[in-house]
Amino acid sequence: MSSQYSKQSAKTRVVITGLGVVASNGVGVNSFCEAIKDGRSGIRYFPKLKDLGFSCCIGGVPEISEDKKREYLTDLQLRNFDSNGILYGCMAGMDAWRDAGLSIDDKVDFDSGTIFGTGTSSVGKFRESIYKIDDNKVRRLGSTAVAQTMVSGVSAYLGGILGLGNQVTTNSSACTTGTEAIMMGYDRIVAGDAKRMLVGSCSDDGAYLWGGFDAMRVLTYKHNELPVQGSRPMSATASGFVPGGGAGALILESLESALARNATIYAEILGGHINSGGQRNGGSMTIPNDEAVQQCISKAIEKSSIDAKDIDTINGHLTATKNDHMEIKNWTDSLGLSGDEFPPINSLKSMVGHCLSAAGSIESVACVLQIRDQFIFPNINCEDVSQDIISLISEDCIPKKKVDKEINIVAKASFGFGDVNGCIIFKKYNLDK
Amino acid sequence: MSDKVKLIDDLKEIVKPYIQDQEAFDNISEATDFINDLKINSANLVDVVLDIEDKYDIEIDNDSMDKMLNVKASLEVIQEKLASK
Repeated sequence: MSSQYSKQSAKTRVVITGLGVVASNGVGVNSFCEAIKDGRSGIRYFPKLKDLGFSCCIGGVPEISEDKKREYLTDLQLRNFDSNGILYGCMAGMDAWRDAGLSIDDKVDFDSGTIFGTGTSSVGKFRESIYKIDDNKVRRLGSTAVAQTMVSGVSAYLGGILGLGNQVTTNSSACTTGTEAIMMGYDRIVAGDAKRMLVGSCSDDGAYLWGGFDAMRVLTYKHNELPVQGSRPMSATASGFVPGGGAGALILESLESALARNATIYAEILGGHINSGGQRNGGSMTIPNDEAVQQCISKAIEKSSIDAKDIDTINGHLTATKNDHMEIKNWTDSLGLSGDEFPPINSLKSMVGHCLSAAGSIESVACVLQIRDQFIFPNINCEDVSQDIISLISEDCIPKKKVDKEINIVAKASFGFGDVNGCIIFKKYNLDK
Repeated sequence: MSDKVKLIDDLKEIVKPYIQDQEAFDNISEATDFINDLKINSANLVDVVLDIEDKYDIEIDNDSMDKMLNVKASLEVIQEKLASK
């Protein structure tokens, strides 16, 4: 009787108690946090892309030494291992788990699970396997091809390393993947099916993943000489996105569980929404249906029981194509705020590029850090804000230097191919709300 | 006989990355079973066979592969394949 009563009377509150991140401008939460405060870019030039005939030869690839890999994966796990995405995902996921004060031992934890997304799994391993098969050497694939190339590879690795006994799965929704994973984990905790969920996402990087985007001509080819200036969200000279890779991870936990463990609470998730534009009314495989984007943002606000005016800062999707102003228009329309009233907005992509399936989770880690340390990270490469954007919001809403400010509520959105959207409302934690 | 000692030493080196029981590994002998004693994950047995192929430049057919569950049987297969090379 009493549990039924409590379910009806108070929705389970979900808090964030652990963070992990692997990004091109910082591997590990501390180094990443310093980098985003300083506005440091992780974008570099890759001669291999030039040799392969790519138009865009720059990208954001996390730098990880062999020694560093061995801090996370065993020699056996690294044997015949060719998967940047799984490596980044395991590193971020294990960091988040430890950061939350959770231990790695021989026991199964039936109260903890993971929803860890990705777009592709191990393109490098897949390529190697296909070459062997075409060379009549299928038996030479050994035992490692399946575990790495199955899309759920990253969640399967993490589930085994951490001993997760709740749901262990991988979601995939293009560039919304990371944001969606967080909302799916949130929903599972609210439903009472898990106490803790490791949520996040990862992405491979390099030529075999980025080739398709280069061919679509959605990547910038104008900044090969000056890589750090290449990713220019909201800028008048934005000319396409810069691809990146990495992973972001968060430990979501019921407030009850976090308090019982005396865990450090970084922030609370008030709510959020996931939807799709159905590739109708202007929406397509690659272009969002504006009505759906606005509905997604509005519903996230409504479900979080806040007012648009309560939002202290927005972390946008803002990829640095010519269409960033359309995203801003969707924000102004759904919030009912424009000009000077619009909250400060930033895009992490100016520093790490577009990390594709990892974008939503890496950017969400950045959002939580803004709440933890009370700041807004700067937009770099935006000294020439697009006129289409200035006609919607004041230029002051686009900080170009770090802003130290009281941050209570952060709205974060991601949009992806397939006309899919996700929006989350993060809030500074207060026991009394 | 010394050939056999050398083969066991080589095999020991090959299975080393996959073993999960150090004591059984330290006391490896012809009677050692890969799964029951060395606690090698059964999925990794195919990797052990591929590593053996690379080491001796031999090819091990499916039927022979099925037999290679312990040190003794593996040595027999290796010797047979080396002899017919």
